[in-house]
Amino acid sequence: MTLQARNITLQLAGNPILHGVDFTLKKGELVGLIGPNGAGKTSLLRVLANLQKPDSGDLSLNGKNIRQYSIKALAKKIGYLAQGAPAHWPLKVQRLVELGRLPYLSPWGTLSSRDRDVVATAMKQAEVTHLSERIISTLSGGERLRVLIARMLATEPNIILADEPIAALDPYHQLHTMELLREHCDRGGSGIVVMHDLNMAARFCHRLVLIQQGNIISEGPPCNVLKTDLLAKVYGIKADTLVNENDILVIPRRRLNHTEQL
Amino acid sequence: MNSSIALNSLLLVITLALVVVALHIGPADIDLTVAIADSWQGNNSLQAMIFSEIRLPRSLLAATVGATLGMAGAALQGLLRNPLAGPGLVGVSTCAALGAIIALYFGFSAIAWFAVPIFGMIGAGISVLLIFALAGHNSSIMTLILAGVAVNAVASSLISLALNFAPNPYAMSEMVYWLLGSIANRSFADFSLAIPFMISGWLLILNSGRFLNALSLGEDTAQSLGFNLKLHRSLLIIGVALSVGAAVSVSGNIGFVGLLIPHLLRPLVGHEPGRLLAASGFGGAILVLLADITVQLVSPTQELKLGVITALVGGPFFLYLIIKTRNTLQ
Repeated sequence: MTLQARNITLQLAGNPILHGVDFTLKKGELVGLIGPNGAGKTSLLRVLANLQKPDSGDLSLNGKNIRQYSIKALAKKIGYLAQGAPAHWPLKVQRLVELGRLPYLSPWGTLSSRDRDVVATAMKQAEVTHLSERIISTLSGGERLRVLIARMLATEPNIILADEPIAALDPYHQLHTMELLREHCDRGGSGIVVMHDLNMAARFCHRLVLIQQGNIISEGPPCNVLKTDLLAKVYGIKADTLVNENDILVIPRRRLNHTEQL
Repeated sequence: MNSSIALNSLLLVITLALVVVALHIGPADIDLTVAIADSWQGNNSLQAMIFSEIRLPRSLLAATVGATLGMAGAALQGLLRNPLAGPGLVGVSTCAALGAIIALYFGFSAIAWFAVPIFGMIGAGISVLLIFALAGHNSSIMTLILAGVAVNAVASSLISLALNFAPNPYAMSEMVYWLLGSIANRSFADFSLAIPFMISGWLLILNSGRFLNALSLGEDTAQSLGFNLKLHRSLLIIGVALSVGAAVSVSGNIGFVGLLIPHLLRPLVGHEPGRLLAASGFGGAILVLLADITVQLVSPTQELKLGVITALVGGPFFLYLIIKTRNTLQ
């Protein structure tokens, strides 16, 4: 399944956010969307998730304009994990994950045995089966995020769009979350993940897209994007990179002063 | 799901039992079986008239107005994802009352029989839209309460203005008594006038259960789960406006039911906003029936107003809620 955006522009409250962005997500690909705060990452992700209508540009799924899909049909194809993973009421984990089946239910229907199987599988994949009777608000940040990922997996989306899922997690849960997203792509799905941790992005993503002020500055394999000169230009930092055969490691050293950035 | 059916069945049985109790209570001593038999056969006996013209409409109104307030409270709390939202607190009831008073004051009620409920519904609808505009998307508890205070203040001042310019003292006392909230001396015609709008509102609210469940994960997630936010929000707002507008237009202002009931029942439905709707409908009916029975038992002659009783129970409960949540009031 291919998600393609062409020449996307967006203004919010009169402020230009995205300037003619072109973007393609291919099958099996995990793409890391990186860039400084306020670069337009979340806005681009929301446009791609069809949650925000762009001012101009086209969005297509498998070559078909996104507007030709019903909102229910899109819900089954694109899963969205919101920033901060909100849960406003202290729901039971099992019931929360079952919300992922909402796009499949008939107006007054209840969960079928297949729905229950899918929910059980999603909970198993996210390793939250043992938490099924717990209340979401009593869980730790890492457990809570895994539950919300299980909710998203329960929708059986082909494409996963996740907004800063690992921002508040410890290294163990960061790795776990990224492994889950990567496994989804290895199973034939695809995903876009907004993130600030460049090393995690390099470690797990097939491709990185670097955004600054609503423009894509660079995209490609991590070792092509995480260049010291690009990091200096976009983030305003002096960083060293260590590259070996499989990995790239970014070590931020210090902020650059104004003249150095120029 | 099964636990939901069990809970709702239990609440339904309690509601029906309280309706039967309420039918037995009143200043006149009547034999209910005789009264029902006479009404059924069309005999215009005194007992039949007391039953069909006084007690039945009063009991049915207590149940349906209570159901409306309970369900609307649960719906608003789900929509705003805030446990302090309720038709009274955020100004929906006051605005409905303002609408009804405008209809009474300017004589629209004399022109068309449906003017009072229609104006009540318009008032309720405007208030929900205002609250949503002021504190809709990511409302903190503080923003919501301040928005409610503002909407309540404006509506109350306009009601005071109407009272101030009341054509005569009798009209003024009529409006004041009506505002205190009561279902005494309402006829079957009042009930028949309000019930279609209340039922329409209930259906729209009950149909929003899944939307409210999805909304508990945030607006973006709800939309990504296949819900058209604008459409579902609008349907819910119309449902609340229809039912609360109609309820307030026959009963006046009966406060705190919509705040108290969803809060009490939420733990019993696993905090799911969708399952809370029907349960809060039954819960609201039970509370208002109990309050009305109390009103009639405590002061059979100089009758207490129903709204006064619910406020006496609801006020302290609201204080308790504030104390419980004050650490998060930021």
